[in-house]
Amino acid sequence: MNKHKILRLFGLLAVLAGFVFTGTAQAQDQVPLVVTDDMVNQVASQLYCPVCENISLDVCPTQACEQWRSLIREKLEAGWSADQIKEYFAAQYGDRVLPQPPNRGLNRLVYILPRVMIIAGALLLAWIVMKLRARKPSSVPTEAAPQSSTEYLTRVEEELNKRKGE
Amino acid sequence: MTVDLGFGLLVLTLIVTVYAAVAAIVGVSRNDARWVNSARLASLITFPLLTLVVAVVLYLITTGHYEVSYVYAVSSNAMPLYLKLTALWGGQAGSLVFWSWLMAAFSSAVMLRKWERDREFLPWVIVVTMITLIFFLGMVIFFENPFVRFWGTPMGNRIEAMFPPLGSELLVPNDGRGLNPLLRHPGMIIHPPMLYLGFVSFVIPFAFALAALITGRTDDRWIRITRRWTLVAWLFLTIGLVLGMRWAYDVLGWGGYWGWDPVEIAALMPWLTGTAFLHSVMIQEKRGMFKQWNMLLIILTYDLVIYGTFLTRSGVLSSVHAFAQSAIGPLFFAFIALTFVVSIWLMLLRWKSLRSEGQLHSLLSRETLFLVNNLLFLGLFIECFWGVNFPLLSEIVTGQKVTFGPEWYIRATGPLWGGLLLLMGIAPISAWQISTMKTLGRAFWKPLIPSVLAVGAVVALGIRQVGAVIGFWLIALVASVTIYEYWRGIRSRSRSTGENVFQAVWRLTAKNRRRYGGYIIHLGIIFMAMGVIGIEAFQQQTQGALTPGQSLEVAGYTVTYKSLAEWDTADGKNVARAVMEVSRDGKVLQELYPRRDYYYDSQQPMTIPGVRATMEDDIYVILVDWEPISTRQATFKVFRNPLVSWLWFGSIILILGSIIAVWPTPEREAAR
Repeated sequence: MNKHKILRLFGLLAVLAGFVFTGTAQAQDQVPLVVTDDMVNQVASQLYCPVCENISLDVCPTQACEQWRSLIREKLEAGWSADQIKEYFAAQYGDRVLPQPPNRGLNRLVYILPRVMIIAGALLLAWIVMKLRARKPSSVPTEAAPQSSTEYLTRVEEELNKRKGE
Repeated sequence: MTVDLGFGLLVLTLIVTVYAAVAAIVGVSRNDARWVNSARLASLITFPLLTLVVAVVLYLITTGHYEVSYVYAVSSNAMPLYLKLTALWGGQAGSLVFWSWLMAAFSSAVMLRKWERDREFLPWVIVVTMITLIFFLGMVIFFENPFVRFWGTPMGNRIEAMFPPLGSELLVPNDGRGLNPLLRHPGMIIHPPMLYLGFVSFVIPFAFALAALITGRTDDRWIRITRRWTLVAWLFLTIGLVLGMRWAYDVLGWGGYWGWDPVEIAALMPWLTGTAFLHSVMIQEKRGMFKQWNMLLIILTYDLVIYGTFLTRSGVLSSVHAFAQSAIGPLFFAFIALTFVVSIWLMLLRWKSLRSEGQLHSLLSRETLFLVNNLLFLGLFIECFWGVNFPLLSEIVTGQKVTFGPEWYIRATGPLWGGLLLLMGIAPISAWQISTMKTLGRAFWKPLIPSVLAVGAVVALGIRQVGAVIGFWLIALVASVTIYEYWRGIRSRSRSTGENVFQAVWRLTAKNRRRYGGYIIHLGIIFMAMGVIGIEAFQQQTQGALTPGQSLEVAGYTVTYKSLAEWDTADGKNVARAVMEVSRDGKVLQELYPRRDYYYDSQQPMTIPGVRATMEDDIYVILVDWEPISTRQATFKVFRNPLVSWLWFGSIILILGSIIAVWPTPEREAAR
């Protein structure tokens, strides 16, 4: 084993040891997290003011919302995750604080019904198209129609020019 | 005295309106032209009468008659004159008067047209417009009266009533509460009138549609008469929506332009069905098809207009209790239900005569693609309608309210908007009647190449978000298809007439304003889509408390807090205004002045951002909080909103396109 390989091996071991010790140190110290405004807003933007209509907590200017933002900060400092905080708020103030209805109970309709209606509309449209295609033609075009009205226009103008020239 | 005059004029207008509707029906049933003419004159009179009512309301507001409850609620001594004028539509009662006035103006304009060819439509157009007006005037007189005054009873209570209760005295406050600060913005001055103009204009095509159903003239005559009305309605509604977006961006201070609020969606829904209608009527005009569908769309649009008007101001959908307590809520719903059921019943009576005359020859023809376009617009409408109304249903059934935030709407509607963009790329190059994969492919490959190259460029710029990449591809596709269509038109004109490019563009557009105006509208839409993708996919934000000299960093920009000052103004507000400096790479770009205005009269704050806008991005700074005594430390929120200026630029292009499409084509121009 040459000198370089030994050094590399030591380096690798040192890095691994570093990871192990850092992890242990973090687990032992439990240093309170530094929570920035951005971290608070990140969670607050996913929660809605229980008092005002359709205003998310990160932008609501009321005193109550300011307190709720402080509460989010406290929870984050205590090491709660965003999901835990959301669950806490939903348990305290009801599902209306969540940015969309949870997919359970009657709320399932929120996710199912519009899709069913759109699919039904697509099927209806397909049926109409098939029916109208199957219908006996009232006026079948005798030759392939021009690609667009611009081409049609060009043809008409060319014909007119020809006649002018005649 | 003036108040009584205003109320008297309102009652007189209602009487005249009822007479017009009844006389029109009598004229038809007796086949007597004199009755119909009398109905026409009566409906013409409603406009000057309501103009006088509006003048009285404005007089009361501008002269500070605070004994009138409405004047007290929407104006104050400190408000400048221009804001006092806009207070006409600053509250529920005034808005309904304003709506009625516009309705009278539009019905009068219709009455002034030449009726020789369509005499049988006339009485029924009068009936429909007048019944709509009766409903709104009824609302104003019986439930939302702008002339109600304050009275002091002998017991010392203050009550609101039109006429003095026994033994009471008129109470005259020295000052009013003033207009809601959020409405004191230039955008808000013209936003409601534009929205209402759009709403009211859609009543006219509906009136003609019903006249066609009642008279049995279900050919496309009613569509041809109302084509321009519909476009005008769509144009106003679009301007109204865009101004609302701009207002939200400038005033609401959350860094965005569209919050998917029920009130916003209420204005969007008739726009969605109206846009579907605008596309769908073209199939009826060209091919005599889908008459039933067009009827359904205009009926739906009319009822959504009524629904939108109701929702915009009332706020009664915010809870079941608010709805139950509101006098006008159930009545609005009853009117919507009644007009919908009667219209559908009439449509079913004429169902056979509304059958399609033509036949679909191809699955890729333009008419089929227009149908798919309609399906997508209706899909958007369903999602929006469900999102607005479900919270009420949930509250009734489970007793618990739910929220539909932007997250839900973006997920639910995003694919549908994408589908519409794709159709905007395909439909213009597909042909009416016959269009096969081969013909479509032949026309499609040329514009497809630049769009694929654009995707390459987007990826090369480091954009990896799948949704954004697809969005940019669709934008590039629509842009190249639209330019390609223009180029084909220009080339064919140049070849046949020898015109140069500019002449060819001018003549091409002038000869077929609706088509090429439509293409310009498509260009406007894709510019707007750029702004939407920019802000939705790439918005960045940061917040922090700063002392003077400290900075926040966002996306390579440095925003430095310089100073903050606080003072009271003559118009009754306290202003806290910060000076911020935006720089990039050490170079100072601009000073911004985010501020917070606090209105003493209404005790409401208003956040006005400082914005540095470029076509690349906006730096949008909000003053969140500050220490009032020292004014040393203040909290700011800084957003970087990429490409958002394209949203406003696209709106202008879209409006220009709409004006071109609406503009009447002179006979000699069309003949050239």
